Amino acid sequence: MKKFIAVLVENRPGVLARVSSLFRRRGFNIESLSVGTTEREDISRMTIAVNGDERTVEQVVKQLNKLIEVIKVSDVTDNSVQRELALVKVNASPDKRGEIIEIANIFRARIVDVARDSFIIEITGDEEKISAFIDLMRQYGIKEVARTGIVSMVRGSKVISV
Amino acid sequence: MRVADAIVKALEKEGVEIAFGIPGGAIMEVYDALYDSNITHILARHEQGAVHMADGYARASGKVGIAFATSGPGATNTVTGIATAYMDSSPIIVFTGQVPRAMIGNDAFQEADITGITMPITKHNYLVTDERDVLKIIKEAFYIASTGRPGPVLIDLPRDVTRAEIEFDYPDRIEIRSYRPKIQGHPKQIKRAVELIMKSERPIILAGGGIRISNAHPEVLELAEKIPAFVVTTLMGKGAIPEEHPLCLGFIGMHGTKYGNLAVMDADLIIAVGCRFSDRTVGKFDEFAPDAKIIHIDIDPAEIGKNVRVDVPIVGDAKHVLREIIKLIEFKARKEWFDHVNELRRKYPLKYEFKEEVIKPQFVVEKVYEIFPDAIVTTEVGQNQMWAAQYFKVKYPRQFITSGGLGTMGFGFPAAIGAKVANPDKIVIDIAGDGSFLMNIQELATAVDYGINVIVCILNNAYLGMVRQWQELFYDKRYSATRLRYPEISFEKIAKGFGAYGITVEKPSEVKDALKVAFEVDKPVVIDFHVEVEENVFPFVPPGRSLREVLG
Repeated sequence: MKKFIAVLVENRPGVLARVSSLFRRRGFNIESLSVGTTEREDISRMTIAVNGDERTVEQVVKQLNKLIEVIKVSDVTDNSVQRELALVKVNASPDKRGEIIEIANIFRARIVDVARDSFIIEITGDEEKISAFIDLMRQYGIKEVARTGIVSMVRGSKVISV
Repeated sequence: MRVADAIVKALEKEGVEIAFGIPGGAIMEVYDALYDSNITHILARHEQGAVHMADGYARASGKVGIAFATSGPGATNTVTGIATAYMDSSPIIVFTGQVPRAMIGNDAFQEADITGITMPITKHNYLVTDERDVLKIIKEAFYIASTGRPGPVLIDLPRDVTRAEIEFDYPDRIEIRSYRPKIQGHPKQIKRAVELIMKSERPIILAGGGIRISNAHPEVLELAEKIPAFVVTTLMGKGAIPEEHPLCLGFIGMHGTKYGNLAVMDADLIIAVGCRFSDRTVGKFDEFAPDAKIIHIDIDPAEIGKNVRVDVPIVGDAKHVLREIIKLIEFKARKEWFDHVNELRRKYPLKYEFKEEVIKPQFVVEKVYEIFPDAIVTTEVGQNQMWAAQYFKVKYPRQFITSGGLGTMGFGFPAAIGAKVANPDKIVIDIAGDGSFLMNIQELATAVDYGINVIVCILNNAYLGMVRQWQELFYDKRYSATRLRYPEISFEKIAKGFGAYGITVEKPSEVKDALKVAFEVDKPVVIDFHVEVEENVFPFVPPGRSLREVLG
């Protein structure tokens, strides 16, 4: 079972280390983790994708809550929007460029850098969409992939804040 | 004001009277400030000893224990002490020196990343990077260490920070938006608990170390008598109820009383308060108390449902929650259950075979209890700890001090020193093993130096006894690396060499007299009891087995 957990933390050095250390020592597996500031500069938001049974996920949430610098922990799996951004550097020889551009358009991806024999393509979407795109790009020869990790937000008027 | 002076002044404002530690290069400013302070500093001989002393002091007094160490090796030596306090939820604050800010990360002389190292074994820790934060951090540290589920806090002080100048502006109170322990239990959950209690025919209270922390002993007793229900404890819960009380069935678990273990397995309701269902207490998790509903009251939500299934979780302070429950329940006689448990108690008493010619370790503990029933007892870890737990019947809270969670050999002696400092008028006895005592024996110098007259009773079997017992029972008596030299090591002479008093006892008939002498001597005393070498601890639930599968 994959869960997305939003963690609001004090925006201070060392907090990320505390969170990742907790996952390591409790034997929880992080699938992806992304961190950034929020609407308030003193608070950062982490989105952690974690795989585990219900009991494991419950422990993750409870143990995170015990960290002094963690302000709030919320499950943002259900009824939510998930997005990830990836940059993909792919071989683009002149005879393949048209094909690649076509595929990129279908995925609403953008070509953000053009070199003599390669593109950098920017794509956003949920995890499956990005993975599908990367799979399609393999036939042209992927040189490099950088993914941000997933962020997630619950739909509607529900707000996760302090 | 110099930061070092401000730190010491802040400690005085927090009511600190005693601190333990060892100075060194990176923390010299703080020690310079301590020189003029009213705080009594006890110089330990190893930083691990200093932290165990602070821990023993905290456990015996309920106050926050304070320890100081320098950077690098001084700091890393505190690690076992901190982990011990963490596992048993003991409130201590450890101050470590650190290299100057500009040198951090450069592998400077005596630099160690102690905040990184202690991250998983502290409730919280701080590296002070701005001198203007130091007073707020100290205030927070006391608040965090001593509230909710208590635990150790470490404050790492770069040397140049301790030399900087600040205004002394110590906050009166502190608010941490991300840390607000929940004290009151949820009324709906309390109501559900009460319904289960009233329905139950075979209730048992399982009391843990949280009872001591929340001072909930009167409530445990009142609840037990009002339901009425038997009380078993965890090892850390010893003292939650006077152990001679007819409703007390002693401690349960791997070496707990057989009648206590069996009663738990037969119960239809477990009211667990301030405990964490450790593997040593419950045996095989999914076979624990199979017929019982479980009410779990704890201030730490993460403990609820971590190891065993729970029917009614109540997050809150034990004292508060029990008071609410007591208000709502009514007495209901449960004669059949009481007859059954009392029969278990008659059938399976704690027992050992007394011998005239050789001292049984259990006999020593019995005599200690007989002569000093009011003494504070600390233990080392292993067989000595289990015999102490089985045969010393605790009367009052904070009387029995042991390393339960981490199981730290070498804890008992320095902890006894800390406990004695907190209670100078009480007799303090460390029930030790020969292996464990050697692990912090250097603190004899501390005890003698400050006239901290504790009594160490070594149950000397010339083995790492508990490991030997496992080798005997599970490894075909292949005693790999468990034999200690014996009797060539004379603990009597070692004690004398430190300036303490040493006694060697080899006959059962001499046990009582030795203890009486120890009481009269005005020095720290080490009694080396040469006990039956291959005595085993029973009852014994092998690891990973259900509490029903008791050997012995």
